[in-house]
This record gives sequence, structure tokens and C-alpha cells, in this order.
Amino acid sequence: MVRCPAFRPTILSAALLACLPLLAHAAPAAAPTTPPVPPHQKWSFEGPLGQFDQKSLQRGFIVFNEICSSCHGMRSVTYHDLLGIGLSRQAMTDLAHAKQIAGPPDAAGHPTMRPGLPDDTLRSPFSSEAAAAAMMGGVAPPDQSRLAAIEPHGADWLYAFLTGYHMPAPPGAPVVPGKFYNDWADGHLVSMPPPLMDGAVDFPDGTPATVAQQARDVTSFLVWASDPHRNDRHRIGLYVFAYLSGLLMLAIAWKRKIWKRARHRNAQDTHD
Amino acid sequence: MKQPESQDVTATGASSPDGASDLLERPLPVVSVFRKEYVDFPMPRNLNWLWNFGALLVVVLLLMLATGIFLAMNYTPTSADAFFSVEAIDRQLSGGWMLRGMHMTGASLFLAALYIHLFRGLYYGSYKAPREILWFSGLVLLVMVMVTAFAGYILPWGQMSYWGADVVTKAVGAVPVIGGTLEHVLTGSDHLGDIFLHRFFVLHFLMAFLVVAVVGLHVACVHVTKSNNPLGVEPKTPKDTLPFHPYYTSKDLIGLIVFAMVFCVLLFFWPGLLTEPDNYAPADPLHTPANIEPEWYFLPFYGLLQSVPSKFGGLLAAAGSLLVLFALPWLDRSPVRSVRFRPICRPALLGLVIAFVLLALVGKHHATGVWMLIGRLSAVYYFGYFLVILPLASRFEKTRPLPASIASAEGDA
Repeated sequence: MVRCPAFRPTILSAALLACLPLLAHAAPAAAPTTPPVPPHQKWSFEGPLGQFDQKSLQRGFIVFNEICSSCHGMRSVTYHDLLGIGLSRQAMTDLAHAKQIAGPPDAAGHPTMRPGLPDDTLRSPFSSEAAAAAMMGGVAPPDQSRLAAIEPHGADWLYAFLTGYHMPAPPGAPVVPGKFYNDWADGHLVSMPPPLMDGAVDFPDGTPATVAQQARDVTSFLVWASDPHRNDRHRIGLYVFAYLSGLLMLAIAWKRKIWKRARHRNAQDTHD
Repeated sequence: MKQPESQDVTATGASSPDGASDLLERPLPVVSVFRKEYVDFPMPRNLNWLWNFGALLVVVLLLMLATGIFLAMNYTPTSADAFFSVEAIDRQLSGGWMLRGMHMTGASLFLAALYIHLFRGLYYGSYKAPREILWFSGLVLLVMVMVTAFAGYILPWGQMSYWGADVVTKAVGAVPVIGGTLEHVLTGSDHLGDIFLHRFFVLHFLMAFLVVAVVGLHVACVHVTKSNNPLGVEPKTPKDTLPFHPYYTSKDLIGLIVFAMVFCVLLFFWPGLLTEPDNYAPADPLHTPANIEPEWYFLPFYGLLQSVPSKFGGLLAAAGSLLVLFALPWLDRSPVRSVRFRPICRPALLGLVIAFVLLALVGKHHATGVWMLIGRLSAVYYFGYFLVILPLASRFEKTRPLPASIASAEGDA
């Protein structure tokens, strides 16, 4: 009885092939009208081993704190989490304390304010989504905790969007009061005025605060906010993978040693 | 066997090692049973790598329980707080991102390993006598794991959790006569809210432990019937077998490490491959996402659901695709187990795998245009394989001659 030697790999590869297309669904399926793909930028944090650049994250937080946070919140991110971008414990506590947050009503039922604490989230300045929508021309500024994860082409789109405003709008573009022209907004019109301006913030490390630089740094910060443990994840993953590789070598050596005995046993048996 | 020396045992007490083991051995022979079932246990000597997946599934199941218990300690099953409690696990809980990552990766790879395990059973005819009960217990497990996975995916209460649940509860509502009642039993109220979420949290937790119980039965079964093997020829003499330890412990260990490496790559380097970004937006009953899509492991059934024009018909087809597997021991009456020796069934079974994958792609592309046609053809083939090809093949197929024994087939190789 001859056994076909090429057979086992065939089954296994068939089984594996069967799984591949199933796994490969992750890319978000194309919407009915596929929006254009923003140009790809080089990011230190992309790829399976990418790491966030702490300096860029800290600059990005300055942009978020001084500009974005006047309309947007991050309801899942706490001040304490900011230790992850390399803020010192003191700087983080001071930052939280400097924020005034709505506290419980006092004995007379009047609203009160209290200084922020490390466990407070980076909340939106508006009391509710409805209030935000009412004050911001009908659309509430979206929460930014997971914005970079939800938005297709996360980092590239954010960067393209933040640098994609045209003031004034190009000739022929529809002019709608309270809307601004942006290459990367849905329908090219967006309620958010251009948030970044050259020199609008000061970077203490001396990096020139151009619009492009601010956009780059705040994009890094937003990606960090949507995946704050990425640096650890990639680093630990490397160690785990290296450990498993070593273990695999040992296991293969052990298995070979054991199974040599099986062949020997077989030969002995047939000679008997 | 030792002679029962009861007086000696009481005299020496538990301090003597012999006495201690005997004290345990008589009422509860775990040591000797373990030796019999996991050390000396005779395994066919020709098992290939597809036989690793049973052990892998047990390991992943334990991992799911271990991580799931700690996730549950930090989870709040209310529609207002569920999403944010999961965010807090992912962000603020120390090591929480890894705990949750392991549970999510584990869920995907559990289903992946389960599908491969199922495919192995189909390929080598492991559903035939004397293993029918083993096969049924495995199928019951498949259904239970699917229910558990579905319930688990609801818990983060993101957009996909909510709208996935919406699709499924509405599909259940399409059952004639009792559909409305059934839907109400699932949702607990007229909308998907606190009651629904709490029910599915309990269901997820409960099912996980029921799965463990049925796995116990499944494993007990395989220790009675013994493993099938790639030739589908039962071991006849000790020459055909090898003891479980160290032969298959060493082989399973390699499989386990390779599996752990795949797990590690998905968990640490490529988590986005298995997650749906839309589920990082909190559930919003007023805003339907453009693209409602289940987890990848449900896509073939989602494809079936959509390929059938009537809503109830789609539900029947999706449920039937699992139910038909239960009838397999009666549909395939051929005495030859392994399709290696069945020239018609082997390509037909590979066709079944292709149809299953195509149905998954149809589910992904929402069965529109040409995908609708592919979906219907694949659905017809899927059921045709079980209901037409297998019964006919077991009657008319000219099978290749079987080897006299496993050892003789090995000797030729």
C-alpha cells in the first residue's frame, strides 16, 4: 500500500487556505461611494514593530490641549493616562488641577466647580451632546478617544484633513455660511473652522510650530489616544515571540529524539 | 495492582508515600486513571498535524475562562456603562489591554481551530461508527461555542455589537408563529437595552462553563472510542499504536507552540486584523452604520442568510447548514472512513471547503450582484454535497483498497 507523500501538506495547506480569506476581512469594506485614499505619510508608529515618538506625542498633546480641547473631549482618556506620553507625575497632576470641572451642586442646589484630579477624563467642554450640537451649528464635535481607530486610514486621513483646508474656497466650490472648504471632508464642507495656524502654539523643545508640524504631532497624539499601549504591546510581543521561537527549537529537538525511537520500534517489530 | 492492605494503611497513615497514594487510589483512582488515559493511552501511530487541534482547543478554552473571569470582574453590563467599562479595561486597568487582547484573539482562533477540527472530522470520516456520539457531542459544542461567541461580541456594546444583535434578534423574529415571542424572550423588552445586555452577559458566562462540561463528555468519548487516524483503519495490534506520552505529548507541544506564535502575532502585532473598527464607537440606536458585518467566523452563515430570498428561508438555510452535519452518519453509509481512499468524495469535499469560503465572501459583500449568484450556487453545492453527493457516492463510488493495517502502511512509506 503506497502512501502518497505529497498528501499531508496538501490537506494542511487546503485547510490553511480555507482560513485565509476568512481572516482577511478586517479592512473596512468599501462604502457605496469610495472616498479617495489620503496620501500615505511615514509614521514612526506604523507597522508591526512601530513605536510612538514620545517627543512628538508631547508636542501633539500641547496642540490638543490648547486648540482641540476647546471643542473636543476624550471621554475615555484620563489625565493619569498622560503618563504614557512621558509627562512627569507632577506635570500631570498640575495639569489636572488647572482644569475646572463641574462638581456636585452645593447645599443650596447651585452648580459648583472643582479642580480636576488625575482620574478625571479629558472631558468635552460641553455639558451634553445636545448642548454641543446646539452651540456648534448643529453638529456636535466628535469625541476623540478612538477617532483615529474608527476613521478609515486613521493617521493619514487626520493629517490630510488638518492640512487640507482652503481659505478662501477654490473657485466654483459651493459657499455655505458656517461651513469651511476642506479637500478631505465629506462633500468638501465641514463645520469646523481651520483649527491650526502657523505659530498658534509654542513648542518648548524649539520645534517650529508650522501647520504641518502641528498636524503631524497632533495626529500622532490622536493615534496614541486610540491605542495607548502600542509601544508596550510591540515590545512585549517581540520578547514573547523570541521566547516562543527558542522554545520551539527545543520542542522540535525533543520530538525528533522521541520519534526516532518510534521508527526504531517499528523496524524492530517488522524484523521480529 | 497492589494488594489491599487496609490495616497497614491505617497504621502507617498518610505519612508514608505508599499509604498516601493508596489512600487516594482506592476511593479516587486519579493517578492510575491518568496513567492509563494520558501516559500509556494507545494512539494510532500515524496521526498527522491535524490531530493537534483538539488539544489546542482545550488550551484555548482554558485561556478564555482564565481571561474571561478577570474581564468580568471589571465589566459593567448596563447599556450606559458597558462600553466605557470595556474602555477602562483596555486603557486604565493594569495589563487590561493584554487580558482583553487575549480574550479577543482567543475567540477568533478558537473558532478557527474549531473549523479545522471539524474539517478533519469530515475529511477522515471521524463521524462514522463507532464515533457517532463523539461527532454529535462535537457538533453540540460547535453550536454552543457559536452562541457563546455571539453573546460575547455583544458585551462591549459598540456599534457592531448593537447592530449585529439587532440583525440577529430581527432574524429570529422572522420565524413564523412563535417568532415574535422568541424575539421578546431574547431582548427582554421592546428595545435592545439593559435587560438584553444583562441577559446576554449571564448567557455568555453560563455558556462558557457549559462548554467546559460538554468538552468533558467529548474527551471522555474519545477515550472510549479511541482516536480515528488518517487511514481510517482501526489499530489492530500494538504495532499500530504508540503510547500518548511521550510520542503525542511531544508532537502536541510543537503544535501548541506554533499556535501560540500565531496567537502572539495577532495579539501583539496585528490586532486590527480581527477587530471591527466601528465597534470602538459606542452603540447608538439612532444611527445605523453603513456596513453591518458579523465577526469573520459567522460570515459563511451570514452569506447563507442573505443568499436566500426569503428572510425565514435564509434563517432555515443558516440553521440547516449546521443541522445537516448531525445527519452525516446516516447520509454517508460508506464503510471507508478516510476520503484518501474515496476518489469521488475527496474532490467533492475540497469543493465543500471552497463553497464555505465563498459563502463567507458573499457574507462580506452583502450578496449583491454577482455575489448573489455565487452565494446561491455555493449554498446549493453545500447542501448538495451532504444530501446528494455523499448518499450517492456511498452507494456507487469505487473506493481504493485499504491497507491491511496501520503498521503495514507505515512500513511501505
